[in-house]
Amino acid sequence: MIEHAFLVGFSKSFGLFYLIAMLVAVVIYAMKPSNKKRFDDASRSIFRDEAGPWQ
Amino acid sequence: MIAQLTLIERQRAILISLAVTVCGGLIIIVGRDDVMGVHGALIFLSGLLMIFRIGGSYYLPEPSGDRLAHYYDDPSKVGIILSMAWAVIGLAVGDWVAWQLVDPDLTFGVGWSSFGRLRPAHTTSVIFGFGGNALIATSFYVMQRTSRARLPDQVTPWFVVFGYNLFCLLAVTGYLMGITQSKEYAEPEWYTDLWLVVVWVTYFVLYLRTLARRKEPHIYVSNWYYMAFILVVAILHIVNNLAVPVSLGHSKSYSAFSGVQDAMTQWWYGHNAVAFFLTAGFLGMMYYFLPMRAGRPIFSYRMSIISFWGITFFYMWAGSHHLHYTALPQWVQTLGMTFSLMLLIPSWASAGNVLLTLNGAWDKVRDDATLRFMMVAGVFYGLTTFEGSFMAIRSVNSLSHYTDWTIGHVHAGALGWVAMITFGSIYACVPWLWKRERMYSPGLVEAHFWLALSGSVIYVFAMWNSGVVQGLMWRTYNESGTLAYSFIDTLIAMHPYYIARAVGGLLFLIGGCLGVYNIWMTIKVPGLSTNQASDVPQPAAVGAGVLQAAE
Amino acid sequence: MSLFGVHYRVERKAIGLTLAIIGVASIGGLVEIAPLFTIHQTVEDAPDMRVYTPLELAGRNIYIREGCYACHSQMIRTLRDEVDRYGPYSLAVESKYDHPMLWGSKRTGPDLARIGEKYSDQWHVAHLNNPRDVVPVSVMPAYTWLLTTELRTDDLGLHLKAQRAVGVPYTDDMIANAAVDAYAQANPDSPQADGVIKRYGKATTMRAFDGNPSHLTETDALVAYLQILGRLTDAAHRTTAQAGIEQ
Repeated sequence: MIEHAFLVGFSKSFGLFYLIAMLVAVVIYAMKPSNKKRFDDASRSIFRDEAGPWQ
Repeated sequence: MIAQLTLIERQRAILISLAVTVCGGLIIIVGRDDVMGVHGALIFLSGLLMIFRIGGSYYLPEPSGDRLAHYYDDPSKVGIILSMAWAVIGLAVGDWVAWQLVDPDLTFGVGWSSFGRLRPAHTTSVIFGFGGNALIATSFYVMQRTSRARLPDQVTPWFVVFGYNLFCLLAVTGYLMGITQSKEYAEPEWYTDLWLVVVWVTYFVLYLRTLARRKEPHIYVSNWYYMAFILVVAILHIVNNLAVPVSLGHSKSYSAFSGVQDAMTQWWYGHNAVAFFLTAGFLGMMYYFLPMRAGRPIFSYRMSIISFWGITFFYMWAGSHHLHYTALPQWVQTLGMTFSLMLLIPSWASAGNVLLTLNGAWDKVRDDATLRFMMVAGVFYGLTTFEGSFMAIRSVNSLSHYTDWTIGHVHAGALGWVAMITFGSIYACVPWLWKRERMYSPGLVEAHFWLALSGSVIYVFAMWNSGVVQGLMWRTYNESGTLAYSFIDTLIAMHPYYIARAVGGLLFLIGGCLGVYNIWMTIKVPGLSTNQASDVPQPAAVGAGVLQAAE
Repeated sequence: MSLFGVHYRVERKAIGLTLAIIGVASIGGLVEIAPLFTIHQTVEDAPDMRVYTPLELAGRNIYIREGCYACHSQMIRTLRDEVDRYGPYSLAVESKYDHPMLWGSKRTGPDLARIGEKYSDQWHVAHLNNPRDVVPVSVMPAYTWLLTTELRTDDLGLHLKAQRAVGVPYTDDMIANAAVDAYAQANPDSPQADGVIKRYGKATTMRAFDGNPSHLTETDALVAYLQILGRLTDAAHRTTAQAGIEQ
């Protein structure tokens, strides 16, 4: 039988840890200088005028 | 349409239609003592109609190999037309029920037209019919172009479009007959839910198959949002709809959850339907059509990624703010409130991205109503998410909950954000899809914009007023320490706001009708066609004639 | 081969993104919802809590079918004015047999969590038939046809069985007699009436709810349901007597 108090405690503590870890990981990924070129490319990629699908 | 299918694809389509027809027949038999039988007949006829449609063109010559050099856009075209049709139906039903609160005898004494049955018909038609079809149609369009890959086959996209519309049809006709689970925004019964799971899984697999054919190594961020929309909606839908039917021949089922667990599951679903259906999907739309129409890349791609993950993980915790001061344990309420406040960060990052992308192109916004639709959508998105976080604060919620303030908030999002970004994207997309120089009438786009904007503002202000007034009246005490107003007193106070709301809704509906006419004429009038050879739209900056000032 | 290699790498990215979205999105819900399924360990139980009779359940299904939940909540919050207006605030245990719950989200009309026995059957029948006959400014639709529509009872046993499958403690006896009990509850003078009392308890309301014992109508069922709302257990009244109320 899983204890209610244990589950609630886990939710409260793990929830916070998970939040911070997630935030750090995302910010690192988005701000990493080596990714800058890729993102700049991607934002302009939709304008690249090609006649149709790649075959 | 059918001429584009190869012989094998025609055979496959007939087989699938046959399977649907047989399912319909079986439902007619097992559900003959229940309203479910009517749905069986509807499914049966839908399948039969498809068989006749395909069979009638079965011997047309097969398409040439040239088709592979183009994107496959027929399903997107049909999806956009269906989306606009649902918009008019949904908005009309919505305005009808709004007038019913002004004059309750507008039901005309029959069961199917009472408020309780029409209300889910309104919400389903606008959210799933209008919004869902627009998302499916634009996602096909965007995923092909951002991947530079054609859809992998020509049957699956049709299955998704028509299967999804069958779901919408079953849902809406079901409510009118009294078939409902009573879970808000998840009202359809078990067999309709199962059908949606089949369609939805096919949709996601189609998305992955198209991405797998892509040339670009990086997946453009619009696709992330679309994928999150499809995936998370699948998870939410399956969990919240777990139920045991009374029998295979009964439309009625009983939810697997009860009481407080059911309430939490339902609002976990309900709030994340807002997050992933009404937010993530439409952000995907925005991140493609806004830069294309404005002719400028998105202001910050990094910000779009951060807000993507922010939305994906903050929203999931926020649902419990729908249950403040209820029998839900307080720690869950507090958690919901905290995460709702933090949600403001990724939400405003997206809204800011819209406005900063347009910064420096305000002359275009001034001249082009289509782009203005998108800009106003961004503004409403920012305002609504701020309001949402504010309303999630417990003490604010104690006033706003159960009142029209909630209805005003929802419509600020639904009319101001979802519908505006959709109309903007559709007006951008229609000329590109049908290879027209521009929309039939830029003047009508302009008129639609002002009708939509004034309708939304009137609606939202009416509901703010009525909500705050009612909330305050409910909690007012007189000197002797008893409640000052009866419930009936508040009803009298609501009346003028209900009239204003219905007028605002009517303006919005008229705008939608203008949109349908304009789109129809753009498709029908051949004089507008351009000799644009490319399948990729010309960005507005270089595309001649895309911007038509309505001065 | 190289082509295959390219495709493999490309697909791995899309699937990785898929898994990341599923992971990130599902943890929040799991962490928040899972503890609620052990909540019975902390919440006070209500030993006097009874299940809905077949007639009340049928009435509840009509309430759902007509979308009453769109305008009426069944959840009194822990706020002073709500308790003064509607009665003791709602407890979790009170909706433990509600599959699904009908807490609602909007009060276009008043809360109904404790409406049971506040008004007479005649008032409810007149109000359902045309709300403006008893409340002149009401915006509620008239449900005239409920008074003439015969209630379907032949499948009530199946309904109780499905309810048992999701956890409501209906006995074999209750399931076998569901249709008869529905009829008898609205016909207190019939010989089958004793069976209802035996199975659902002495406190069960036995009346011709729509005023006409010869016909079992949908109005009978709906009024039977409305009259039991807030009366399945006394737990809320006991709790409010003990505890203070949050302002």
